[in-house]
Amino acid sequence: MFKLKYDDFLVYDEATGTYSMSPEQQVRDQTEKNRWKNVGWTVLKDWRLYIMLVPMLLVYILWKYAPMYELMGCFKDPTTGDTEHVATYSWVGLRYFEEIFTGLESNLFWRAFRNTFITAFYGLLFGFPMPIILALFFNEVRSNITRSVIQVCVYLPKFLSTVIVTSLALILFRGTGGGVQSIGVVSKVFQLFGASKADLENGLVFTTRYYRTIYVITDLWEHAGYDSIVFFAAVIAVSPTSYEAAQIDGAGKMAQMRYVVIPSILSTVVIMLIMKIGGLLSVGYEKIYLLYGQGAGQNIQNNYAACDVVSTLANRWSDDADTKACGIAAEMMNNLIGMILVLGANSIAKRASDVSLY
Amino acid sequence: MKRKIEKSELIFKIVAYFFLIVFAAMCIYPLLYALSAAFSSGSAVDTGKVVIVPIDVTGAAFMSVVQDNMFWVNYANTLFVTFFGTVWALGYSILGAYALSKKRLLGRHGWNFVLVFTMWFSAGIIPQYQNYMQTADIFANLGIVDLKWTIIIAMGMNATNIILLRNSFEGVPSEIEEAARIDGATEMQILTKVYIPMSKATIATVALFFGISRWNGYFWAFKVVDYDHRFSWPVQVYIRDYINKYTSIAGEADPTTVDDRMYWYDTHSYAAVSAVYSMVICAIIPILAIYPFIQKYFAKGVNMGGVKE
Repeated sequence: MFKLKYDDFLVYDEATGTYSMSPEQQVRDQTEKNRWKNVGWTVLKDWRLYIMLVPMLLVYILWKYAPMYELMGCFKDPTTGDTEHVATYSWVGLRYFEEIFTGLESNLFWRAFRNTFITAFYGLLFGFPMPIILALFFNEVRSNITRSVIQVCVYLPKFLSTVIVTSLALILFRGTGGGVQSIGVVSKVFQLFGASKADLENGLVFTTRYYRTIYVITDLWEHAGYDSIVFFAAVIAVSPTSYEAAQIDGAGKMAQMRYVVIPSILSTVVIMLIMKIGGLLSVGYEKIYLLYGQGAGQNIQNNYAACDVVSTLANRWSDDADTKACGIAAEMMNNLIGMILVLGANSIAKRASDVSLY
Repeated sequence: MKRKIEKSELIFKIVAYFFLIVFAAMCIYPLLYALSAAFSSGSAVDTGKVVIVPIDVTGAAFMSVVQDNMFWVNYANTLFVTFFGTVWALGYSILGAYALSKKRLLGRHGWNFVLVFTMWFSAGIIPQYQNYMQTADIFANLGIVDLKWTIIIAMGMNATNIILLRNSFEGVPSEIEEAARIDGATEMQILTKVYIPMSKATIATVALFFGISRWNGYFWAFKVVDYDHRFSWPVQVYIRDYINKYTSIAGEADPTTVDDRMYWYDTHSYAAVSAVYSMVICAIIPILAIYPFIQKYFAKGVNMGGVKE
């Protein structure tokens, strides 16, 4: 006869031939009930706290979670049922996923998917080291006033809107045409480095070859200065005695960098890097949408080859009922992969350093 | 030995200064160019003579913007949306963050997850757009026809800001709360008299984050508020619309507006981009005006936003 941990919870009544709850179990049951009673009581006692939670939850449910209900549209045919209600469409299974992976729209989708990765990768490759370099250099500026002036200048672009950033970029890199005889001022710098005449006149932003360069430059312009704040805080936290000790040991400037500064900011760098990788797929579609040119002209259509990302593609697909479901499917794929990256990065960060963002 | 150290240090310093000054100049240059192009004559701008100082100084473009009623209507919309949007978002964020910061809140991790999940996964543009359009419909049925209110209430959520507030509230010592409670303070009084004054810096930072994103918001306002409702546009949408209509920088013209571009100089003495630049200057003046005061808050906010738990 084996004995379970709680095998005393029933007692067998031989007279009636039935089982009933044992006294021990009755006590256990009672405490369980008390716990639930207490839960009700704690909620009631602090009801104001729960009321405070309501507006925030309502906002999130109505405008963040309710759109997720519409996601089922990617398994449904939008030409059937009541156009207003996604629930009334008929199910078509994975038809639209097939369409974007292997079917009609696959060329556009894979191009956009690749571009999402490439854009994000370039953003990381150039956008990540730059703030660290800036922070290290800020540390060299001994005069507080000079440093503040430089910092004011480099933080400023972060506060400009995407519309302003992109219109500045579009004007500075513009081509000729429409009564304009001269190419943009910064395009002239590219001319010195041998950009072809046709590309320059077309407008460098609208050429497949230079689009990514310009994207990276504007990205650095916008974010590098501001992103350096967190690294600069890590750099100035290095105690002056460490430098002095290194100097006494005969370390030159490079050696001080190598053995004093870099090791002490390394944990910040690693965390920020992991987090950047986590956010890899959430490229700013607003900026790309504003940068990549409007219209149906050949020069702009060609440019989509370099700059179209999944979100902008979905946005273009959203107008047509036929491609709308494909757009939902494509973006859902993109966001799911993005979520896996974020969670993976976060768990690595947690394991690496016992800190995490969430 | 000593000389060698000084030499390498000197080289490093020179490199650092050179790099920083070049980068700072690059950051400022487009704005300086905008300023000089805004006040230059049309021919000087379009032939590329303007590089850093204004040529043939004229205020015509700027005056045209000053007299552009639609621009100022949209500008006022942006001020309106920024103010009420920030107040609304800050309101529910502070209340929610306060509740979330309490250990005695049941299901605290669950509620937290509701927030944090939106940072990991979003439904995407198309579902979000459908949702906003339905919202606008519902608001219209409720009698709120002005689409500004859809922008204010339904947009601009930011879970990171709520978590910043929550972390700051968690940092307030619980003894102070207990003392207030013994003195007979209600929950709301504890929040307004104890927690909010003690987290002033964070609240200012978060308010600025919300405010700046409202001031700069474009995409959803552009998607939701169509041309027929342009009296409700924020100024960013107006600027972009102007660019698309009258300049060639963002691609080709719409067939309906192509004439406006072709014959621009028949009726204007300044370049279309000069007008754009004047608008850009008008749109960034408020940010430049408060920038010196907010800079330190932003630096603080970024460092707080880092790591927790």
